Amino acid sequence: MTPFKQSLELGLIRCGTCGLAVSRASLRMDRRCPRCQSRIEHRTPLSTEMTLAWLIAGIVFYIPANLLPVMHTSGLLGEADSTILGGIFEFWRSGDWDIALLIFIASVAVPFTKFIAIGLLLFTVRKNSRWQQHQRTALYRIVEFIGYWSMLDVIVVALTSALMQFQVLGTAEPRPGIAFFCAVVVVTMLSALSFDPRLIWDRRA
Amino acid sequence: MSTTPTPPSEEELPTPAVQNRRWIPRLVWVVPIAAAVIGISLLIRNWENQGPQITISFLSGEGVQVGKTLVKYRDVTVGRVSAVVLSSDHQTVMVTADLSKDAASLLKADTQFWVVRPRIGVGSVSGLETLLSGVYIGMKTGAATLPERRFVGLENPPALSHGPRGRELQLHAARAGSLSIGAPVYFRQFQVGRVIDENLLPDGSTRVTVFVEAPYDGFVKPVTRFWNASGIDVRLGADGLNVQTESLAAVLAGGLAFDDGPIEALFVAGGVPGEFTLYKNETEAMAPPDGDPRYVRMRFAQSLRGLEVGAPVEFVGVNIGSVVAVDLGYEHQDKSFPVIVTAKVYPRRMGQAYEALAAQGKTETDETLAAFVGTLVKRGLRAQPRSGSLLTGKLYIALDFLPASPRAAFDASIRPLELPTVNGTFQELEANIGRLVKKVNDLPLEQITADLHTDLEDLHETLSELHTRVLPNAEDTLSALHRTLDSADRTLDGESPLQRGLTETLSETRSTLRSVRELADYVDRHPDALLRGRRPQKMPQRPAALSSDAQP
Repeated sequence: MTPFKQSLELGLIRCGTCGLAVSRASLRMDRRCPRCQSRIEHRTPLSTEMTLAWLIAGIVFYIPANLLPVMHTSGLLGEADSTILGGIFEFWRSGDWDIALLIFIASVAVPFTKFIAIGLLLFTVRKNSRWQQHQRTALYRIVEFIGYWSMLDVIVVALTSALMQFQVLGTAEPRPGIAFFCAVVVVTMLSALSFDPRLIWDRRA
Repeated sequence: MSTTPTPPSEEELPTPAVQNRRWIPRLVWVVPIAAAVIGISLLIRNWENQGPQITISFLSGEGVQVGKTLVKYRDVTVGRVSAVVLSSDHQTVMVTADLSKDAASLLKADTQFWVVRPRIGVGSVSGLETLLSGVYIGMKTGAATLPERRFVGLENPPALSHGPRGRELQLHAARAGSLSIGAPVYFRQFQVGRVIDENLLPDGSTRVTVFVEAPYDGFVKPVTRFWNASGIDVRLGADGLNVQTESLAAVLAGGLAFDDGPIEALFVAGGVPGEFTLYKNETEAMAPPDGDPRYVRMRFAQSLRGLEVGAPVEFVGVNIGSVVAVDLGYEHQDKSFPVIVTAKVYPRRMGQAYEALAAQGKTETDETLAAFVGTLVKRGLRAQPRSGSLLTGKLYIALDFLPASPRAAFDASIRPLELPTVNGTFQELEANIGRLVKKVNDLPLEQITADLHTDLEDLHETLSELHTRVLPNAEDTLSALHRTLDSADRTLDGESPLQRGLTETLSETRSTLRSVRELADYVDRHPDALLRGRRPQKMPQRPAALSSDAQP
């Protein structure tokens, strides 16, 4: 249907390291590049499986990241453990809707977008779907791009804990929730990295 | 090298080698499994740490905030308020709190909860930290064994929130005075505890619960006496002005003090009782034990204005009791209104007399006591109202031996005992004065006055007669007398002729007498001269002189 041909259809595999086009038939059993001796793969091995594994890990980590407090503040006005969602509500109620929105985007919207996007990509690849291939590729790029921005929360807690050390007047300490949140970000980034976007365009018989 | 792919040959590739190399990336599944394990373990730990949920009812939910207000035990957070709702009858506020698991053992049937708010009292300031941080719910565990999940919160914090070691004591008093919860308890001016509770008992008396901290609770002995130390005790005694007070805080907020009782009571054996009597003041507390009071009744046939309930009853000058009631009675026989005074007396205050009686076992029953009082009445014991102070006119009842008083009947079977009475000394004085006035009244004063009047008129007549008739004559007489005396005066004056003549006569007489003496001398010496006459003078000069002298 399309005028484009996959490299495999031409019987060629590109070495990922030195760019040598190798004919599939000429590959030895250990699949090493005849020129640079690096491992040569037609597609990232076990890409969907690893992506799925990282994604599940990310979703699992996301639960305690939201349930456990991320920061403990104590001061003259008492002490409090705050969770991410609790913090968002707090800011929203006190009128700082912009900060609330920022934290919401960074810590709720972005991870969820990532979960849904990666999940969608995995699902369509498994189905060997040819639906909206361009948009799905764009989606993958977006997921890769927004990955690091999820670290905003972690950076906020780290900065606050480091700066707010006024003993009696006020101190802030990180709580385990932020570690889980950090894990969510790392794991989802790994998930996105382990996804091979070429699979979107593959057509298997 | 063939350039055409040979699919069959690829199919023939030994697949196991490929699989061998590909199991390592599958290790990635460890990550979600580990995540799941961590998540599940967190869940389990959370579920394990899930403490009990309790409900506390308060009259007001002032300051209590869902999710923020903490439950603290000994200032350590053990829980957090999870819901605040009104009770179904809208009378109370039901506060639901989630407690941590280790706090479950603190929840007994008598565990107390209260809302800690800033409180400023005379004795103490507490809960100031809640001004900034908001209120929290305080908690004090109880001693009961039964666990409980529903509690009724206290409106005021208990005086002792952290259960220090010590001893809790109940004090009974007719009235609590100006005590308040938290008021200090002193032992020799040293604060050793505080009042933790006050109750009004169904019989109207007061029960005060105090807590004496360890190690001072050792000072509480079976003989210990408690008294109300609020107020200032000013006493004007023989040794001057004596002002005594426990502390300024006790003056303002009230307070209690205790100390060992009188020495004779020190030999009371047994453990420390949990209940004590709270006396009004130190003097009352330190008095020897009074024992049970006995009630006596007295009928006075006179006004007892100034006799008040609580007035002392004194036996030979020693206070042995007090008046408990002054009532107006009515006698049918003579239609009179006697005043009936009921008094309680403590036979034990009679000292050695009581001991002597007690030795004979005579005071234990009313009958023996009545017989004893009967003998006293026979010896002249009478009740008499007396004036305690001329300034205030207050009366007291004196039981005294008045052997001169008329015999009185004593019925030992009447309960309460009825003591014969005599009228008060002051009243007797009044009666005497009355009689005196009556006598004066009875005198025939008018007749006396009339008689006196006639007498005075007679006197007046006599005097006027004297004045008109006797006095003018007297004047004449006096002037005649005056003239007589005048002439007498003149006659006797030195310059008068009579006087002069008399003087001359006397001189003549003296010369004559001298001549006679000379003649006599001459005759004595010359007796012959009588016959021969006088001889010529042959005498020395001196006789001549003499003779010349003799010659007038």
